[in-house]
Amino acid sequence: MYATSYHRASSVDEAVSLRGTAEDGKYLAGGMTLISTMKQRLAAPSDLIDLRHISQLAGISVEGRTVRIGAATRHADVASSQAIRAVCPAICDLASHIGDPHVRQMGTIGGSVANNDPAADYPSAVLGLGATVVTNQRSIPADDYFTGLFETALEEREILTAIVFEAPEKAGYAKFANPASRYAMTGVFVAKTAGGVRVAVTGAGAGGVFRHAGMEQALSAQWSPDALNAVAVDPSNLMTDMHADADYRANLIKVMAKRAVAKAG
Amino acid sequence: MGVEGIGARVARKEDKRFLTGKGRYTDDMSVPGMKYACFVRSPHAHAKILSIDVSAAKVMPGVIDVLDGHQLQADGIGNLICGWMIHSKDGSPMKMGAWRPLAYETVRYVGDAIAIVVADSSGQARDAAEAVVIEFDELPAVTEALTALEGGSPQIHPEAPGNLIFDWQIGEADATDKAIASAAHVTEIEIRNNRLSPNPMEPRATLGIYDASEDHYTCYTTSQNPHVARLVMSAFYNVAPENKLRVIAPDVGGGFGSKIYIYPEEIVCLWASKKTGVPVKWTSDRTEAFLTDAHGRDHVSQVKMAFDANNRITALKVDTVANLGAYMSLFSSAVPTYLYATLLSGQYAIPAIHANVRTVYTNTVPVDAYRGAGRPEATYLLERTMETAARELGVSPAELRRVNFIRSFPYQTPVIMNYDAGDYEASLNAAMQAADWAGFETRRAAAAAKGMKRGIGMSCYIEACGIAPSAAVGSLGAGVGLWESAEVRVNAVGTIEVLTGSHSHGQGHETTFAQLVAGRLGVPLDSINIVHGDTDKVQMGMGTYGSRSGAVGMSAVVKALDKVEAKAKKIAAHLMEADEQDIVIENGELKIAGTDKTLPWFQVALAAYTAHNLPAGMEPGLKETAFYDPSNFTFPAGCYIAEVEIDPETGKTEIVQFVAADDFGNIINPMIVEGQVHGGLAQGIGQALLENVQYDRDTGQLLTASFMDYAMPRADDLPSFTLSHQNTPCPGNPLGIKGCGEAGAIGSPPALINAITDAIGHNRMTMPATPMKVWHALQATH
Ligand SMILES: Cc1cc2nc3c(=O)[nH]c(=O)nc-3n(C[C@H](O)[C@H](O)[C@H](O)COP(=O)(O)OP(=O)(O)OC[C@H]3O[C@@H](n4cnc5c(N)ncnc54)[C@H](O)[C@@H]3O)c2cc1C
Repeated sequence: MYATSYHRASSVDEAVSLRGTAEDGKYLAGGMTLISTMKQRLAAPSDLIDLRHISQLAGISVEGRTVRIGAATRHADVASSQAIRAVCPAICDLASHIGDPHVRQMGTIGGSVANNDPAADYPSAVLGLGATVVTNQRSIPADDYFTGLFETALEEREILTAIVFEAPEKAGYAKFANPASRYAMTGVFVAKTAGGVRVAVTGAGAGGVFRHAGMEQALSAQWSPDALNAVAVDPSNLMTDMHADADYRANLIKVMAKRAVAKAG
Repeated sequence: MGVEGIGARVARKEDKRFLTGKGRYTDDMSVPGMKYACFVRSPHAHAKILSIDVSAAKVMPGVIDVLDGHQLQADGIGNLICGWMIHSKDGSPMKMGAWRPLAYETVRYVGDAIAIVVADSSGQARDAAEAVVIEFDELPAVTEALTALEGGSPQIHPEAPGNLIFDWQIGEADATDKAIASAAHVTEIEIRNNRLSPNPMEPRATLGIYDASEDHYTCYTTSQNPHVARLVMSAFYNVAPENKLRVIAPDVGGGFGSKIYIYPEEIVCLWASKKTGVPVKWTSDRTEAFLTDAHGRDHVSQVKMAFDANNRITALKVDTVANLGAYMSLFSSAVPTYLYATLLSGQYAIPAIHANVRTVYTNTVPVDAYRGAGRPEATYLLERTMETAARELGVSPAELRRVNFIRSFPYQTPVIMNYDAGDYEASLNAAMQAADWAGFETRRAAAAAKGMKRGIGMSCYIEACGIAPSAAVGSLGAGVGLWESAEVRVNAVGTIEVLTGSHSHGQGHETTFAQLVAGRLGVPLDSINIVHGDTDKVQMGMGTYGSRSGAVGMSAVVKALDKVEAKAKKIAAHLMEADEQDIVIENGELKIAGTDKTLPWFQVALAAYTAHNLPAGMEPGLKETAFYDPSNFTFPAGCYIAEVEIDPETGKTEIVQFVAADDFGNIINPMIVEGQVHGGLAQGIGQALLENVQYDRDTGQLLTASFMDYAMPRADDLPSFTLSHQNTPCPGNPLGIKGCGEAGAIGSPPALINAITDAIGHNRMTMPATPMKVWHALQATH
């Protein structure tokens, strides 16, 4: 790791201003991605601005069916939240399968969604739930937020403050873990929301998380795993790597989607 | 004292310090003035070095010096060597290319060391390493052995035309070909043994300390065999004469073979310590471990197995190409020859065997012994072939094996080995019973009803441990002898130190070696200390690999104990005025047999050291040394059965049961043996289902350079294992021990692939059987 200066911000404004004065600053959340990248000398920020102690980013609230998860909320907290479980158990289930206990005790939803790793789990939930990505500047609909591999609509110093969504009528997540990393080799989040059925796929798309229109139509017509039998998954825009080729991923998308629907009930 | 002697499930003495974080590993060592090293490594798989410019790096903050291979060469430090000479079938010696500790003309794999930076902190050393400017002229690279042999492939070493290191054979070609020509049935199969990264939990590390006032070097290092390291560094690399070089391998966190070899880093840190005048420490990071620790396996073989009309094997013909990587590592030549092809008879009476082995240079990290070393390759080849043959012949896999088992011992195979003892059918029967083989079809049907595909597969392995005897291995090309030494030092108060040339890096010697002594003398386990891993304390030893510590290392302790006991008895007889023949040692006492006259052990020890009243002419003291050179290898064997359930939708394999029935000879500590088997099985299962080193074919970049891409087995990849033993004592050593350290990794891969191919209904599957490969294989059957 290269030398870096650590700052602990106590408010969003302070974080933004610290970042503004830093030569090449980076926000730090759980550090599960950023610190290991720094240890490998692939990132060398001059300053780290720790967001974990900012009260505006903390906490989970469920009011009626509106769920707000502060950006600094750790995966373990989402996994064990009774309040969320009561209205949307699928996201608790998703969080409980991210990495290992150490990672879940450190990693945050904000860090994961800001990072937008194409194999990360949360992006599929955010997109699948049609959630709103709230920042210190604006509210971004999920459909506009994920823009590519590790790319998002966030601007340089913008801070993701919370993920907000209306609890769906039904939702389910099924993940096929990469045998080595245990990230999603393919993960599918399905939800029956007020705005319609949404199917979001992570771990498979060549351009990151994406929605599958064919599956959404089929499930809108009939909410059952079998409704997906006739849906074709086109491998042409899917990733091929040493662990899974596009044909195999196309198969996994369908299988995981069916399992996600089955879990959603 | 039976509770602590041989056969007792004693908790490991060393675990207290390991489990409480108090182990002392090489990286924990710190000496005054110590500085940190970082190696500048090749980013290319194959390139000429045009220039090395260290000027910018040298003036970076904290930098003490930056040294390269020109200086190393000028100081007369030698090239790395392979310590086992193999001759090709035309009589020519193997073609060993030069391996410079620091490359300065050509780099041959990604990670090849070029320069060392020594700085005040490891961070500063890394910063400066990035500032070393090297001009390369990139050359085409080749990573696969078969491709490297093709005409027109990049030439890696001038000494080895066509990248061929040797073309070696064993067995009778004519007899084998004749038997195949007249066979009732011939099974033909191509066998690929995937390349593995050893990944011990503790990465390699070394601390080189040069003391100018004494002109003396100390080397702390993560070694499985510190004495061999000292010998090789003195005799071949001209680092220092042996009396001026102390090598210490303190606690070592796993090796699996990868820490047998002498690597460039130890040599260079010692040399750099003298050059810079400061102690120099280097600790590998995980990426460096993937890039530079010797890999294992990587074979491709063509196999023909011939049968007569009664399903008896009449011949086996094997043509193997083995990838040795960019340089010949210390024992690399022995692994695909004498540790592999000599095991090709398996548990079967095969009248004619012929194996041809070609070893090849490629632009990959050197390949050497990794848990099992040659025997897993032989076992996988044979047991996949047996399974395939059984399917082709329409007989049950168990039946085909039974028909061909060797049943009387000693048995001379056509490929050197002379098996001394075994009962293969006992393990087969025990395993089949434990696995409820008979009930499998019912379970298969139940799984099918749930939409799952079940399969069952077996593997009957034999392996050879305690590589020996020295004269024999010498005649086969070994550069060293393969005996072991022991010294038993009884202190004046009766406590005991056992100095052994074996080295423990997870095996539990501090417990098992002490159990041997506790059982023999009847003294408490706590009064016995095992000393190992330091060339200043232990005079000489050959280290630990090839499951040799029990069979060879403990046998040396037995010999030294015999001498200690004999002297103690003489003293006791003298003190009790009895006949020496009548003295027995029991429960910590020396007593006159058949009487109640006794002397406590400590009193005899004290008498030896006060020397007030010893038999006439006897030297004072109670300390004896022994060297033990075995008369033969030992031959652990067993039968493993895997039962798998495959989810046809995803291709994911679940191991629903795994049964291991082993013959390890006599067992010192059943708990430790079970632990060794569990660990070996985890590694074998890793090879079969998960692990695979992959290089980019064109660029030679290592694609699996982290745990994000290299799939290590985890607890939830493994079932609960069902173990049993059908032990036949080994007649070749005083304790009847065979060895258990590698069996799990040797026997398990074919059992799994046999089970998976049984489940998918055809035989086309290579390791690792990843979900993707299994899914594609299932599409092929539809
Ligand atoms: C061993 C291991 C296994 C893992 N397995 C999985 C897995 O199975 N599935 C999975 O989805 N993930 C996995 N992860 C990743 C994990 O979920 C991380 O927690 C996550 O990717 C990043 O979150 P973090 O809080 O650690 O962010 P950090 O690493 O601190 O930051 C990541 C990036 O986001 C930026 N950032 C952080 N917070 C904000 C914010 N509020 N506003 C704007 N930018 C911000 C940072 O500047 C940085 O660029 C794994 C990680 C490890 C180490």
